[in-house]
Amino acid sequence: MINEKATVIKNEKLATGVYSTVFKTGIAGLCRAGQFVMIGTKSDSRLLRRPISICGADSEAGEIRLVYRVAGYGTEELSRAEKGDSFEILGPSGNGFPVDKAENRERILLIAGGIGAPPLLYLSRALKKAGTERERMTAVLGYRGVNAGIFLNKEFEEYAEVVLSSDDGSTGVHGTVMDAVREKEILPDIIYACGPLRMLKAVKALAAEKGIPAYISLEERMACGVGACLGCTVKTRHTDSHSHVNNARICTEGPVFEAEEVEI
Amino acid sequence: MSVDLSVTIAGTVFKNPVMDASGTFGSGMEYAEFTDLNRLGAVVTKGVSNVPWEGNPTPRIAETPSGMMNAIGLQNPGIDVFIKRDLSFLSDFDTNVIVNVCGHTEEEYIEVVERLAGESRVQMLEINVSCPNVRTGGIAFGTDKRMLERVTSLVKKKAKQPVIMKLSPNVTDISEMAKAAEAGGADAISLINTLMAMKIDIYNRKFAIANRTGGLSGPAIRPVAVRMVYDASHAVKIPVIGMGGITSGEDAVEFMMAGASAVAVGMYNFHDPEAMIKVIGGIESFCVKTGVKDIHEIIGCI
Ligand SMILES: Cc1cc2nc3c(=O)[nH]c(=O)nc-3n(C[C@H](O)[C@H](O)[C@H](O)COP(=O)(O)OP(=O)(O)OC[C@H]3O[C@@H](n4cnc5c(N)ncnc54)[C@H](O)[C@@H]3O)c2cc1C
Ligand SMILES: Cc1cc2nc3c(=O)[nH]c(=O)nc-3n(C[C@H](O)[C@H](O)[C@H](O)COP(=O)(O)O)c2cc1C
Ligand code: FES
Repeated sequence: MINEKATVIKNEKLATGVYSTVFKTGIAGLCRAGQFVMIGTKSDSRLLRRPISICGADSEAGEIRLVYRVAGYGTEELSRAEKGDSFEILGPSGNGFPVDKAENRERILLIAGGIGAPPLLYLSRALKKAGTERERMTAVLGYRGVNAGIFLNKEFEEYAEVVLSSDDGSTGVHGTVMDAVREKEILPDIIYACGPLRMLKAVKALAAEKGIPAYISLEERMACGVGACLGCTVKTRHTDSHSHVNNARICTEGPVFEAEEVEI
Repeated sequence: MSVDLSVTIAGTVFKNPVMDASGTFGSGMEYAEFTDLNRLGAVVTKGVSNVPWEGNPTPRIAETPSGMMNAIGLQNPGIDVFIKRDLSFLSDFDTNVIVNVCGHTEEEYIEVVERLAGESRVQMLEINVSCPNVRTGGIAFGTDKRMLERVTSLVKKKAKQPVIMKLSPNVTDISEMAKAAEAGGADAISLINTLMAMKIDIYNRKFAIANRTGGLSGPAIRPVAVRMVYDASHAVKIPVIGMGGITSGEDAVEFMMAGASAVAVGMYNFHDPEAMIKVIGGIESFCVKTGVKDIHEIIGCI
């Protein structure tokens, strides 16, 4: 892991309240899809770092990209960043998505709810690198609707067949990502997902019903991001490796878990 | 000019007066990539109990102005795994190890203390009688002076290492509590643990922390902590380890002037994983700047 001041290379708005920021950092040479960074604010009143997934990395250029929705102080500050600004950044944290599990699968389904899309875009690129043909991958991307805007969908096109859904019916299937999976009769044999808890619960149920593996990325409040504070736990089916109870650390044993392993 | 930063607490020599505050640094393992543990005065480990503890439901943490609240509930793997994994890990480092001990009952504290008696890697024990986030034990012992004195003397009878009693700030008179620990035979006291606090998520009409209340830490509590360290260190003869919102060498010096022989850095480790190294450097440059040759010149100097 690296802890350093990283410089902003580029910052752009993708949709209402959604931004993409590229940083120059050594983390680019270490990270994989599904991992995240802890990024500091410049305020001496907001002392905790914010966890943000890595949306992409260019190890040669030494650059990583973060895509995030403005949700409060830290993300708002980041959204105003200009080229040359710098932020304290720590990472890569967490385990990442298991790319190898997709190896012999016929139909790989990526499900992203809203701002869950960034780590899955990174994953789709990693899957392609691992030799997964575009025909085997479907990405279902769910959005709130017209007002919240649509983002990253074009970038997914290169790696996967893309299905869109929106809560207000303004784009793609009218409804949730799960409605879209049903309506388009997608029959996956493995799922990777990131999004709101309600969606992840539905993904877990779907995977259990079909008897297929699903790897889901979870969120929790984090203080350290390195496994020291035990603030970010999730109830697990089996005894966790750190505390030997049934509470794994999302920042360290996660954020990606096999759905049937976690009690959500 | 070289400055002597070493201090001695209950016969144990610390190369410098800086250590982590229990629960904010794991057992050092999680931060060893960022902080050379050999440079610390001590590594203080996360609270450990006789058997594994699950801790509280999530959310367990919330950010607050210049600080944070936590209600981890002392999740830990229990003393067996701790000795096998965490103590073995720490064997490779040249620093003191202070083990923070928690329990629901006197018997549970004693069990852990006895299990550690034969562990030569452990220089001191810190007895956490001040965790605000577990219902029984913990803080109950730390807020009643008779119970505090009693548990201190019971622990002292079984302990093979010097005993630090970690005091709660959630009391009316900290001096009384410091005296009770001293009367029970404590070799040192440490303070402050977190201040009981509450935060409400007004838009969802919910508590920000599942446990409803949590312990407040960070720079927000520093002036309270400095006052309590001052009061406690003037009430007893045993050494005091001070903590509460330390972020820099200057903050550490402030605690030492108030009477602390050593200091601990807590939630600021989360903000900056290299914080303690900077605090050590900061104390040293303060001394150089102001002509202090031996750190003892500033301990309790006001
Ligand atoms: C592993 C992980 C990966 C994430 N990846 C992304 C991403 O790629 N893009 C994105 O837009 N968001 C992501 N999030 C959510 C993101 O962390 C929060 O939106 C962000 O912390 C909000 O900070 P703020 O300062 O803007 O809000 P504030 O309300 O000012 O934050 C106050 C405190 O609450 C914490 N907090 C608030 N919301 C969340 C949340 N949803 N999850 C965890 N902590 C929260 C903050 O970190 C901070 O400590 C991720 C969260 C996790 C746990
Ligand atoms: C996440 C977290 C976990 C903690 N766990 C423990 C613990 O296990 N035992 C203990 O005695 N104190 C624990 N504390 C209290 C700290 O050791 C310290 O007393 C307090 O946080 C004040 O210092 P600070 O303001 O520098 O953080 C914990 C504090 C935090 C923030
Ligand atoms: S955020 Fe501290 S253990 Fe996960």
